[in-house]
Amino acid sequence: MSDFEKLKENFKNKLDQAKNSKEVDTIRSEIFSKDGFINSEFKKIGTLPEKDKKQIATKINSAKQELTKLFNTKALNLEDAEIDERVKKEKEDVTLPEKDFRVGKIHPVSQVIDEISSIFSEIGFSVEEGPDVESEYYNFTALNTPENHPAKDMHDTFYIEENMKTLLRTHTSPVQVRTMLKGKPPFKIIAPGRTYRSDSDQTHTPMFHQLEGLHIDENITMGHLKGCLNYFVKEFFEVEKIKMRFRPSHFPFTEPSAEVDIGYRIEKNKIIIGEGDKWLEILGCGMVHPNVLKNSKINSNKYQGFAFGIGIDRLAMLKYGINDLRSFFECDYRWLNYYGFDPLDVPTNYRGLSK
Amino acid sequence: MKFTTNWLKDHLKTSKTEVQIIDKLNNNGLEVEKVEPLKNELGDFIIAKIVKAEKHPNADRLKLCHVDVGKKELVKVVCGGPNAKDNLLTIYAPPGSVIPKNNMKLEVSKIRGETSYGMLCSESELNLSNESEGIIELNQSYKTKIGKSYFKNNLENVIELSITPNRPDCLGIRGIARDLSASGVGKLIDNKNIKIKKKFKQSLKVKIEKNSNQACKIFGSCLIKNIKNQESPKWLKERILSLGLRPISAVVDVTNYVMFDLNRPLHAYDLDKINKEIIVRNSKKGESFKALDNKEYKLDDGMCVISDHDGVLGLGGIIGGTRSGTELNTKNILLESAYFDPEITRKTAKKLELNSDAKFRFERGIDPNSISMGLEKASEMILKICGGEVSKSDIQSIKKIEIRKIPFDPNLASKTIGIQIKTQEIIKILENLGFKIKNKGKVLSVEVPSWRPDIYGQIDLVEEIIRIKGFDKIDSIEPEKKRLKPTLNFFQRHFHLAQRSVASKGYLETITWSFTDEKINNNFRENVEEVKIVNPISSDLNVLRSSLYPNLIYYLKKNIDRGFENQSLFEIGPSFTGRKSGQQITIICGIRKEDLIDVFAIKTDLIQTLFELGINKNETFVDTNTPGYYHPGRSGSIITKKNQKLLAYFGEIHPKIINKTYGFEIFLENLVEYKSQNKTTKPTITFSDYQKSDRDFAFVVNKDFKAQELIEIISNVDNSLIKNVKIFDVYEGENIPSDKKSIALKVTIQSDFKTLNEHDLNQISKKIISSVEEKASAKLRS
Repeated sequence: MSDFEKLKENFKNKLDQAKNSKEVDTIRSEIFSKDGFINSEFKKIGTLPEKDKKQIATKINSAKQELTKLFNTKALNLEDAEIDERVKKEKEDVTLPEKDFRVGKIHPVSQVIDEISSIFSEIGFSVEEGPDVESEYYNFTALNTPENHPAKDMHDTFYIEENMKTLLRTHTSPVQVRTMLKGKPPFKIIAPGRTYRSDSDQTHTPMFHQLEGLHIDENITMGHLKGCLNYFVKEFFEVEKIKMRFRPSHFPFTEPSAEVDIGYRIEKNKIIIGEGDKWLEILGCGMVHPNVLKNSKINSNKYQGFAFGIGIDRLAMLKYGINDLRSFFECDYRWLNYYGFDPLDVPTNYRGLSK
Repeated sequence: MKFTTNWLKDHLKTSKTEVQIIDKLNNNGLEVEKVEPLKNELGDFIIAKIVKAEKHPNADRLKLCHVDVGKKELVKVVCGGPNAKDNLLTIYAPPGSVIPKNNMKLEVSKIRGETSYGMLCSESELNLSNESEGIIELNQSYKTKIGKSYFKNNLENVIELSITPNRPDCLGIRGIARDLSASGVGKLIDNKNIKIKKKFKQSLKVKIEKNSNQACKIFGSCLIKNIKNQESPKWLKERILSLGLRPISAVVDVTNYVMFDLNRPLHAYDLDKINKEIIVRNSKKGESFKALDNKEYKLDDGMCVISDHDGVLGLGGIIGGTRSGTELNTKNILLESAYFDPEITRKTAKKLELNSDAKFRFERGIDPNSISMGLEKASEMILKICGGEVSKSDIQSIKKIEIRKIPFDPNLASKTIGIQIKTQEIIKILENLGFKIKNKGKVLSVEVPSWRPDIYGQIDLVEEIIRIKGFDKIDSIEPEKKRLKPTLNFFQRHFHLAQRSVASKGYLETITWSFTDEKINNNFRENVEEVKIVNPISSDLNVLRSSLYPNLIYYLKKNIDRGFENQSLFEIGPSFTGRKSGQQITIICGIRKEDLIDVFAIKTDLIQTLFELGINKNETFVDTNTPGYYHPGRSGSIITKKNQKLLAYFGEIHPKIINKTYGFEIFLENLVEYKSQNKTTKPTITFSDYQKSDRDFAFVVNKDFKAQELIEIISNVDNSLIKNVKIFDVYEGENIPSDKKSIALKVTIQSDFKTLNEHDLNQISKKIISSVEEKASAKLRS
């Protein structure tokens, strides 16, 4: 074995026995530094006869490659070993509590409005709005509710003007007329919003939320009304089938008018929607009265259609098992946290309404 | 409207069960609100046992009894019966019950210093016999029934309907029967022809004055003489009770009975108390009378009154007066059966805040053709119970009864409902409801029965048809999944996004009233008009809010009281800028109370929310002018550089209002308007991969110099090279003059085309220093 081979083997042994990266670094500079093993061997080539030069150079080069490879492997192994060593020492009690995260919530009423909007969006309704302060005309007269009519007794109205001409809207129905007056048929809208009645007890709050629906076109019949509401209720409660009943009723602005009940039963103190032998009233609806169309400048011989009004708060209570209507507006920190929805939980058609 | 199935069967021949009838009522639009057994007055009287009878400490003749009434605890009752003794089984009347003998309602009372809860009864007190010596003694067989009602309770159910205001005809049992028969539940029984001998003429003169707006159109009357008014027989009493009324006397009970049976209000006057004649006229301002509810009413001009020569006897169609009221000793009566105009009657009653069963009916519209029938039926019943002789009827009228006729195209029914209904079926339904179909051609001529004032047009007939046919017969049509218009408009999309954007920053969404307390609102109103509610629900919710802060702060404080010191709340909703419809704006208002935060925490939340809403920081500047409810030195407003639109306020709420609380308000309409006027598509971005360099500077500037301007000056030195300016320290104090401050900042410099060398960098640094020194009167801090 030549001296060169001996030296090489010697380095290989040394490297093999190195115990940490510091030792490896020392050996590395012994071999690869400016004055190290490899470079001194290359320098020697100049003194050699021409015929040996190429052969020796090849030998040194392959030795260099071999050693480099060994070094890389060794370094990797050592690094791994060192990490293993460190990880062994790093130990946290991960059962300690996580850091606080400030979470915000969306109010159940807002969430339910988004759910309802998402459902009606799928069948082509768009969202309209109207003012909270209304004139007596839009709130009553245009909706076929004359002054001094007992139907007005059903609405305990808040008035803004002593002469009773300006008031807080008692329902979202004025949006029907406002929408029709500013556009041309067909109309296919929903209008959610705040409504007001001067009533305050267990089940009534002076402010609550309604959602108005209106579909006017040629040949829209009660069959469409039934189909639309059936679709809505099924989607909203996320059930396959729903027991529903249309009961004749009276609203001055629709005729024929109906109230819609859904079937339910109580099981272990929980309300099960859609089946059972009890009935729960959830909305009012009907075919838009020709007088309302007339007041909205719509030709009632050509166009007809339906309207409905839904109590949003009540639907939220039913779907999410909230017992007390008043709690919606009391802003109790615990309630908001408990019943509120994650802001990223946006109801959509493709994902579904609720998580 | 209450009734029993048995009463219904006076008018309806049917084999249907009560459950089937209830179902049909609901399907007809006569909503069944409640079904419950008739409350039995006598059900209150309970079998009880005296466990111990002690001598009353303060009265020789009274005993203090400890009574077992079937409840956990014994009841203390003071008793005067000499036979009260230990272990006696007897009958107990609890507080609240009414003693049949004297109609006295029992109350908890102190008798000679001892509280007595109810009473032990004698036979005479329960009208069982005349025995009043001692309390009832029951035999041992009642021992197992302690706590149970003594009188058997096997009374029928009372069905309560909620009648919509368009159906006055169903405020009488006959009307309900008619509706049921039309929908196939049974056959309406014909009214019996009443044959009573009318021996003499109605001799009391009745005159309807032709005043303008005279509410009384028809006034029918008859006299019944030589009657013996008395308590009603048991069957009548029971019916009156089933209506939820109290039996009074035969005459009064009969008028009530007819009102509920035929929906025909009547009024009985004591004939001997009427001075000379009846004049139906409009009242004069200042007239007054005492009504049967024992209240004195002062009348306005133009209210319809029934009067005699001494003044007002009663308010037409609303309530009678005490002066001419009937009593048990009344001998002769005048029976009134009239028609009053719905609208005028309603106005009068509303003004006087008066409600009565008669008013409830007249304001909805009474059948003007029921006048004679009402007089006849009531006369017959009174004669039967009280004896006497009845006069012929006198009917005064100032207006002919109109018969309403509607030309009706039967195709409208199918067109509206969506299913084919044959004309034959339509005719049958309408005729069963009492409509008369005159011309059975293509267009029907439909005559509306006089008891249906709600039927005006064709669409009313369509409702009748489908109501009786049944809504369940309508085939449901699946909705089309087609969208004509985007669901949300530009504004609504921002509303939706803003709501979730703020919530995602740790704020809990609240919904608070649109109204608030005037006093709190004034702190936030600035110079916006105050909008008062005429009839607020309570005095502390008496104005429409001019800001979202009043309610949010109110509830924030409530939560602090509940023990939550750190909280962030927000609301998105209307704020009112005037009393006219539409004078409202949409505000997103957040408040944050937390230990160890400053104005920059709320500014971060706001700027990030605006960014998410599409407003870049470099499109806006911060102004220090803010409303008075903010801390003047720790608040700002965000204004767009273009058009100077106010987008938001932020800052510490003024400490006079609440301590250490921060908030922001975003004006959504302004934001959306700005955005729609400045719609930009995002430019294509290029990233430079050349070396970037940071240079730090510290400038000494005047204390009130705004950091915002410093950044602006530096950025403008070379917009293409200066990529970022970041302030990392503001220092006041040692080594700095007292009217100055030092602002330290890091400027990031990078070219898009080459690697800048030392020389380039020095050039730009020099420019920065000279610009700042010149424009900000600053000195580079060495």
